[in-house]
Amino acid sequence: MIEMLDVKKTYPNGVIALNGVSVKIKPGEFVYLVGQSGAGKSTFIKLIFREEKASSGSVTVNSKDLVQMKWKDVPILRRDIGVVFQDFKLLPKMTIYENVAFALEVIEQSPRQIRKRVMEVLDQVGLKNKARFIPDELSGGEQQRVAIARAIANYPKILIADEPTGNLDPDTSWEIMKLLEEINASGTTIIMATHSKEIVNTVKRRVIAMEDGLIVRDEYRGDYGYES
Amino acid sequence: MVMKVRTLKRHVKEGLKSSWRNSWMTLASVGAVTTTLLLVSVFLALMMNLNHVAQNIEEDVLIKVLIDVTATDDEVEELGESIKSLDNVESVDFSSRDQELKGLIDSLGDEGNVFSLYGDDENPLNHAYIVKAVEPKDTITLAEEIESLNRVEKVNYGQDVVENIFTFNNYARNIGLILIVALLFTAIFLISNTIKITIIARRSEIEIMKLVGATNWFIRWPFFIEGLLLGILGSIIPIALLFTGYYFLDQNSAMINQFEFITILPFNPFVWQLSGIVILIGAVIGIWGSIMSVRKFLKV
Repeated sequence: MIEMLDVKKTYPNGVIALNGVSVKIKPGEFVYLVGQSGAGKSTFIKLIFREEKASSGSVTVNSKDLVQMKWKDVPILRRDIGVVFQDFKLLPKMTIYENVAFALEVIEQSPRQIRKRVMEVLDQVGLKNKARFIPDELSGGEQQRVAIARAIANYPKILIADEPTGNLDPDTSWEIMKLLEEINASGTTIIMATHSKEIVNTVKRRVIAMEDGLIVRDEYRGDYGYES
Repeated sequence: MVMKVRTLKRHVKEGLKSSWRNSWMTLASVGAVTTTLLLVSVFLALMMNLNHVAQNIEEDVLIKVLIDVTATDDEVEELGESIKSLDNVESVDFSSRDQELKGLIDSLGDEGNVFSLYGDDENPLNHAYIVKAVEPKDTITLAEEIESLNRVEKVNYGQDVVENIFTFNNYARNIGLILIVALLFTAIFLISNTIKITIIARRSEIEIMKLVGATNWFIRWPFFIEGLLLGILGSIIPIALLFTGYYFLDQNSAMINQFEFITILPFNPFVWQLSGIVILIGAVIGIWGSIMSVRKFLKV
């Protein structure tokens, strides 16, 4: 599903973000990505949906070679990848319904399909009754669930979550984790960057630990492993 | 690239929405386009009509070759042949001194009767060849070539009129072009700024569109449509003025046309063609302005 081979990434300003990363993630896996800020987690994630391009090495996602990929093929790749961020990235002037529908409109789905699918995913994240609200009227946890609904609306094979619980209190974080586990159970591969020791140590899954642009540890059912 | 009708509708709606939202910038850009196109249309109308007049005159421009009075009939014949052998000569007609005298008398009307006093042998005029160039603009060079031939006393043609019109046209064209190019750039700049504001206002929308896999063209289209709209809105007033102004001119053209060789181009199709050009320029600067800012902001 996702395969990286000796990937290096140097930014134009000379910062070396990844310094030879090799990893294989199989379909349906749930992977935590841990490590301190600046360890290369964000770059690792950005390489997967081609926000950034590897400087050397190879990156393969959904059997597509992302290093050779032409820019015009990037949108098609992204339609198979859902992304969720710490700051939700919802559009404040649109309702919850419109926020999710927007993601399907811009990839030119039919209105009939959009209506059906939006209510379906809002139901899945438990916000069907708040479809007409705007993001500011929702709690942080609810907003993140909207963001997740938007990310999975197009049935992505991979869901990337960049510190999805970073802005949330512990109780809400657990709700989000539960939701992510459900999505994972239905077959979606999940890659989640996180700083939450509790989550990693409680919901045991594969842990990839990064440090200085390298993978320093990769274990199934691993621990967070950092004293924080 | 086939676009769905639904998608096209969406792009048009988005484009209209943002023009409406930035109404002041929209107004400024449309104003700049309007000013530019007004100048372009007045200038083009003037240039095209001047060219038209110049052409009319040029077509009537004949070269009169006065033959040396002492030339023998053979030499006259020989000169005729050598003129014919030159490049760019369309026709060569011989006009004897008697015909010349008759023409002079006719052209002067009553006062010309004085000249009828000249008897056949006292006619002071020369035999002449009337030469017409294939291309009117070659008249001057052709006249110079003929002047260097044997037995030519003098060459006359409407050099002053033709040269003056050409010089005036050249000056007008250069000054007009500089002015128009400067205005065009101002208009493009203002349009690209308007679009830039729209893009900045929609940065987060664009970010999400990219994230969920909208194609780059899908993202660009609304901005192109906005630019196009600004350009075309700007061409409405110039075209309206062009129609009324030229209609007025056309109605009063009888006054202008008292000089037979000065005619203005007919209202139809000239105004329609010019309007087409104006609206096309409007559309091009609109799209150009939007391309400039979209390219910078939507780097992929």
